[in-house]
Amino acid sequence: MHDFELVKPATVADAVAALGGDDAQPLGGGQTLIPTMKQRLAAPALLVSTAGISEMIGVCMGSDGRLCIGGATTHAAVAKEAAAHYPGVAALASAIGDPAVRNRGTIGGSLANNDPAACYPAAVLGSGAAIVTNSREIPADDFFAGLFETALEDGEMITEVKFPVPEKSNYQKFVQPASRFALTGVFAAKFPDGARVAVTGASESGVFRWAEAEEALSSKFSVDAVSGLSIPATGMIGDLHGSPEYRAHLVKVMTARAVAAAA
Amino acid sequence: MPKDNGIGASSKRREDARFLTGRGKYTDDINLSGQAYAHFLRSDVAHGRIRKVDIGAAARMPGVVRIFTGADFEGVGGIPCGWQVTDRKGQPMQEPAHPILAQGKVRHVGDPIAAVVAESSDQARDAAEAIAVDIEELPAVVDMAAAIRKDSIKVHDDLDSNLCYDWGFIEDNKQAVDKAVKGAHHVTTLELVNNRLIPNAMEPRVAVGDYSAHDGNSTLYTTSQNPHVIRLLMGAFVLGIPEHKLRVVAPDVGGGFGSKIFHYAEEAFCTFAAKQLKRPVKWTAARTESFVSDAHGRDHVTKIDLALDADGKFLAIRTETLANMGAYLSTFAPSVPTYLHGTLMAGNYATPLIYVNVKAVFTNTVPVDAYRGAGRPEATFQLERVIDKAAREMGIDPIEIRRRNFITEFPYATPVAVEYDTGDYHAVMDKAVALADYSSFDSRAAASKAKGLWRGIGVNTYIEACGIAPSALVGQLGARAGLYESATVRVNATGGLVVMTGSHSHGQGHETAFPQVIAEMIGIDEGMIEVVHGDTANTPMGMGTYGSRSLAVGGSAMVRATEKIISKAKKIAAHLLEASDADIELKDGSFSVAGTDKSVAWGDVCLAAYVPHNYPLDDLEPGLEETAFYDPANFTYPAGAYICEVEIDPETGKVLVDRFTAADDFGNVVNPMIVEGQVHGGLAQGIGQALTEGCSYDGNGQLVSGSYMDYAMPRADDLPFYAVDHSCRTPCTHNPLGVKGCGEAGAIGSPPAVVNAVVDALQRNGKDIAHIDMPLSPARVWAAMNG
Repeated sequence: MHDFELVKPATVADAVAALGGDDAQPLGGGQTLIPTMKQRLAAPALLVSTAGISEMIGVCMGSDGRLCIGGATTHAAVAKEAAAHYPGVAALASAIGDPAVRNRGTIGGSLANNDPAACYPAAVLGSGAAIVTNSREIPADDFFAGLFETALEDGEMITEVKFPVPEKSNYQKFVQPASRFALTGVFAAKFPDGARVAVTGASESGVFRWAEAEEALSSKFSVDAVSGLSIPATGMIGDLHGSPEYRAHLVKVMTARAVAAAA
Repeated sequence: MPKDNGIGASSKRREDARFLTGRGKYTDDINLSGQAYAHFLRSDVAHGRIRKVDIGAAARMPGVVRIFTGADFEGVGGIPCGWQVTDRKGQPMQEPAHPILAQGKVRHVGDPIAAVVAESSDQARDAAEAIAVDIEELPAVVDMAAAIRKDSIKVHDDLDSNLCYDWGFIEDNKQAVDKAVKGAHHVTTLELVNNRLIPNAMEPRVAVGDYSAHDGNSTLYTTSQNPHVIRLLMGAFVLGIPEHKLRVVAPDVGGGFGSKIFHYAEEAFCTFAAKQLKRPVKWTAARTESFVSDAHGRDHVTKIDLALDADGKFLAIRTETLANMGAYLSTFAPSVPTYLHGTLMAGNYATPLIYVNVKAVFTNTVPVDAYRGAGRPEATFQLERVIDKAAREMGIDPIEIRRRNFITEFPYATPVAVEYDTGDYHAVMDKAVALADYSSFDSRAAASKAKGLWRGIGVNTYIEACGIAPSALVGQLGARAGLYESATVRVNATGGLVVMTGSHSHGQGHETAFPQVIAEMIGIDEGMIEVVHGDTANTPMGMGTYGSRSLAVGGSAMVRATEKIISKAKKIAAHLLEASDADIELKDGSFSVAGTDKSVAWGDVCLAAYVPHNYPLDDLEPGLEETAFYDPANFTYPAGAYICEVEIDPETGKVLVDRFTAADDFGNVVNPMIVEGQVHGGLAQGIGQALTEGCSYDGNGQLVSGSYMDYAMPRADDLPFYAVDHSCRTPCTHNPLGVKGCGEAGAIGSPPAVVNAVVDALQRNGKDIAHIDMPLSPARVWAAMNG
């Protein structure tokens, strides 16, 4: 690890000001960034920790009926505090990584990193959530821009995520045997105006919505509705842990399981 | 009531108190005054010609003490190989040079090119990144079959080819085996891969070199399973330091599994650099570095033929294997696919004719050497897989076909040059079948089916040759070392004892188990006995710990030394009791004159030995300290029967090991709890090999499974609660303890059980799949199911 400076501001405003410095980067729980720095694959000059920004920590129900999760809220806190409001998201958070990861890693850090095999992007996209930053509110459909790429500008920081709460939802993750990230993970949600299905881990383009499944489930939210569907292997990831065909198959299997578990 | 002292007691491991409370003293805990830090610049290409290594800018970086390159080692010996295999034509194997730092070419990703010594490890790493290396990348040779084609690029330009050796065992049997296979009623053939593994001991390798200017002595602290072997190899063959000027210390070592047997370049480098720089030099491997610098394990590609008569009796076994050596010959690499593999090809079965052919191949990959089981897992896997396939093809129950072929008369001389001294293979099979509740499988399978899961059951046996090894025999087979073990037993004046053993504990529990043996022999509390190991300065020349040899060989040396102690102590007691030596009996720590009530306590005899006021000085030296070297008469032959039950999720291909039963015959057992722990660990490694662990290179020789993100170590939730039993005991006939060794059994016996169970589950559910190569990842199982 190269030398770096660390600041721990107490407000979003101070954090944003600090991020204006040369080669500065926000630090959430550091579950990806710190190992990357240890490997010397990243070497920011300044880390701006979000851990002390109390306005970015916590879970609450907004007056508009959306579940609000502060950007610096840990997975463990979401697992506990969102359970009564949005069990689908709470359950997803409770199965990210291991206890050490869940007690350090944050929702904002995960979304900003946009690992193609991370769990949270599936919930955010599958809920049609909004990503709130220090300067704007970005709809999930516009946020994820491919592998490790997002709509965030330099110096922009996720302060909050607002989730519309569906009637029912579930996340099913089939883990990659080594990393235990999602080899394929599917988040399915039934809203009054239709269903959303978001898939992580499978595609070379990162998290995506499976339109055919959403259409079928919007008509009828049941396993039968998706049993005849399949998704092409084109564009799916092929690696040591599974071929594109295997991942395409898992999308179908995990979707059916998510729907069954939600229903 | 179970014993709480001596042989047979499940004494708690006394060393665990320090390990579990963070008080262990590992090599990385050693920090010497004035110490500098080494960092190795390693090749990021698998094969290339070094045009230039420019250290100019790097040498001027802050904190740099000195930068070494291959040129600094031109007058220094390379890393030696400890075993020479002779090929089918009677010629010695091809043995390439293995420089400390690359000279001329790099031959695998991770091959060290330069080493920076600096005031801090970060500064050393910074400077290493500033070294300008100009390498002409060459095509990499990764696939073994391609490597031995005539037109292949050569890993070593000065060798004739990439073939290290073409070995036949036993060559004189080849024609008869070919004939038997040709004429047999039934021949089952199976082609399979024994997957390459990355060892991953919990503690990465570390070396600290030190040089003492006042006496000219060098010391190496290192993560080793055998400090004396390192002292001999490094002193005599690499650095030219006589053994009396070189001390090697292997303190607490956090796991080895074979990977810490070998002499590595980093050890020689730190010792060499410390002497050059007149200050201690320390290197600690990062985990990612371990992946490309620790010797890997397994990596065989095999075709096996099993010839049977109409009753399912085995007539002949013929196997052909390609064994990957990697880019250089690691210390014992040539012996693994040959004498640790071919000699076990009979398994537990009376097969009259066997022929084993092994071609060892150089590739642009990390060197491959012994890993828990070393050759014996490869032998067991292919044999037990082909037997399963044969049973299915011939419509014979898999247990029945094994029983029809078990060896039942001992001693038994196999057609592959070893003699099993004792065993009872029906007994371990009976035990495994009973413990596994084999007869109720159908009801469990039905319950699984109701959950949408496919259940299968797999059975196999294994045999291993442990207690390595009779020196004269292995010398004939090419070993460049003896394989005896040593012990010095020192009795103190107040009656306590210290055992200085050449065995080395890196997790095995010697500090607990060895005292149990002496406590039993003398009849004293085991707490009165302490074990010293891991330091060439205060232990007799020993060969270290691997091949499940510690208790069988090192323990036997300790028994012999203790017998000498008792014999002398009886003479002292006889003097004190004014009786004849022959009438003295030792029981419960007290010497008595047979048939009388006259006795003297152990402690009083010890005191007399060191305060010899009333002592037979004319006949007996004072003191009570004895050394013994024990060279085994034969290998030991632990054996067992393993049964695995799996559930497969047919939608995803995921395999769950639901039940695992291991019935082992280890002969006599000193500490049952430690033995069970060893079996548990071995099973985890074997199930890991079967289900999750797979080292993978791409066609350019890049390590694809280069970290825990892609290399799947087994985790607790991958494993079931085991049923482990060691109550079937046929004591070893030739060592004084009757013990056989238990360290590797689990890793040897479990992979075929898992694969047999998976194939069984698939077959029971209409998938006619004969074999899937390990690791049986969900993706591989699904791909096999979906053709």
